[in-house]
Amino acid sequence: MKTKDNFSAEHLLYLKKRKRDDLTVAAARISLAVGFLALWELLFQVGAIDGFIFSSPSRIAKSLVNLAKTGELFMHAGITLFETLSGFVIATAAGTLAALALWWNEKLRKILDPYIVVLNSLPKIALGPVIIIWFGSGLKSIVVMTVLITVIVTTITMLGGFTATDGNKIFLLRSLGAGKMQILTKLVIPSALPTFISMLKINVGLSWIGSIMGEYLVSRAGIGYLIVYGGQVFKLDLVYAATLVLCLLATGMYALVSLTEKLTVGKK
Amino acid sequence: MNTLLTLDKVGLVYHSPSGETQAIKDMSFEVNEGEFTAVIGPSGCGKSTLLSVIAGLIRPSEGSVKIREREGGGSGELGYMLQRDELFPWRTIRKNVVLPLEIKRRKTRVNVEYALSLLEKYGLKEFTDHYPDQLSGGMRQRVALIRTLAAKPELLLLDEPFSALDYQTRLSVCEDVFRIIRKENKTALLVTHDVSEAVSVADRVLLLSPRPAKIRKEYLLDFGRDTTPLKRRNDPRFRDWFELMWRDLNYENKR
Ligand SMILES: Nc1ncnc2c1ncn2[C@@H]1O[C@H](COP(=O)(O)OP(=O)(O)OP(=O)(O)O)[C@@H](O)[C@H]1O
Ligand SMILES: [Mg+2]
Repeated sequence: MKTKDNFSAEHLLYLKKRKRDDLTVAAARISLAVGFLALWELLFQVGAIDGFIFSSPSRIAKSLVNLAKTGELFMHAGITLFETLSGFVIATAAGTLAALALWWNEKLRKILDPYIVVLNSLPKIALGPVIIIWFGSGLKSIVVMTVLITVIVTTITMLGGFTATDGNKIFLLRSLGAGKMQILTKLVIPSALPTFISMLKINVGLSWIGSIMGEYLVSRAGIGYLIVYGGQVFKLDLVYAATLVLCLLATGMYALVSLTEKLTVGKK
Repeated sequence: MNTLLTLDKVGLVYHSPSGETQAIKDMSFEVNEGEFTAVIGPSGCGKSTLLSVIAGLIRPSEGSVKIREREGGGSGELGYMLQRDELFPWRTIRKNVVLPLEIKRRKTRVNVEYALSLLEKYGLKEFTDHYPDQLSGGMRQRVALIRTLAAKPELLLLDEPFSALDYQTRLSVCEDVFRIIRKENKTALLVTHDVSEAVSVADRVLLLSPRPAKIRKEYLLDFGRDTTPLKRRNDPRFRDWFELMWRDLNYENKR
């Protein structure tokens, strides 16, 4: 392959075009956001939309600054983040372990199969009242809710990843005299790594759904609580501000998972 | 010459909910140390099953399999090579090649050095730290053979190891595999439905009947131990053997 110093003219042209394309995409992205916010603000300023219902970027910003000044913002965001992360970690660990157990024991897998199907199809939010009675109306219930929503999907996804291991490779290991534990550690787990990463990505979304839904049901604090409260007292600036914070937190968490993916897949 | 492998009246029946399938029936033969034996038979006759029984991965329904005088076959002293290379894509070539040592818990410095020396000896040294997807199909199959040899197996079981390769590559990989096996002085049992492949590598060919597999004929090839596959293909005797076996195989098929 040719290196930087002796590229052909055609290749330089190609590189230039690629750079230009990248710049166009970035510029379009930024102007889309800026244009949207500017239009929104403008419509509000000229009185074309009702600020009480639709708010405006400047009002949202003001509301955010106020929340930050009193420290409420960080308290609420912290609580929701804690609920989401603990639900995410518990569900991911428990679901993966359950999938491992089901992979290990085929009998168990057969026996439990219909139950897993039922649990998966059940809308977990229906269990809300029961969860509140069992775990109280607080943080614990919300974490349980998050775990319930996430754990079944995790189990099913990971079990799918484990059982999809190439049969010929298992055969090869068995011909070398490998036991089940060696097949698991040398082959099944490494080959399920891509499934694990995509499961993590799905779980980011699911655990935010879990924690926000939980807060809608029971909470006295958190981003979900802010949204519900803002809606009830018609402080829509607050609703939009809280939603924005939620967007940022969720995107940040997703970006962290993507980074993990890059690091693990990059190393192979 | 010492006998390495003995099959005595081996039979195998597969059981499944829809019924039972007799895959192998009353099969007896021996393989001597240092010998390259090929088993040919129509597809679906039970060739892969035969290798699995020899490897001890399936217990025979009848009869016995002995390796040296050890009863029951066994995995410790066997190396298996499959149709595809089955290299682990997340491991480098080096780590793929030492896999059998890890599994058998024999990953000593001496053994690892032996495995790596094979890579060097057979021209794959520069790829030691590459990943399998950076290698061509032919090179990958060569690596697969070296992985098979890494734990110094007494007997190599080859299940149509070239059939996934294109024609040109198949000839050259076949040539290399033959040379490596001869040079390392290994005993090998190859199963295939490709008559020309059997004629080009084996000292002895066993012809199987359609399912249930039984040995119908045995041919002792007279090319000489060190005549490589490509030289054999240019030998006038090649055609004679090929035609003889081809006719017998198709005759068996029609019955
Ligand atoms: N696990 C199994 N359960 C039931 N029947 C099986 C099983 N494995 C193989 N068979 C049957 O046993 C017979 C022999 O199969 P085998 O794979 O040994 O043949 P083969 O000669 O290797 O075929 P091919 O040329 O396709 O590789 C086939 O009819 C097959 O359908
Ligand atoms: Mg087969």
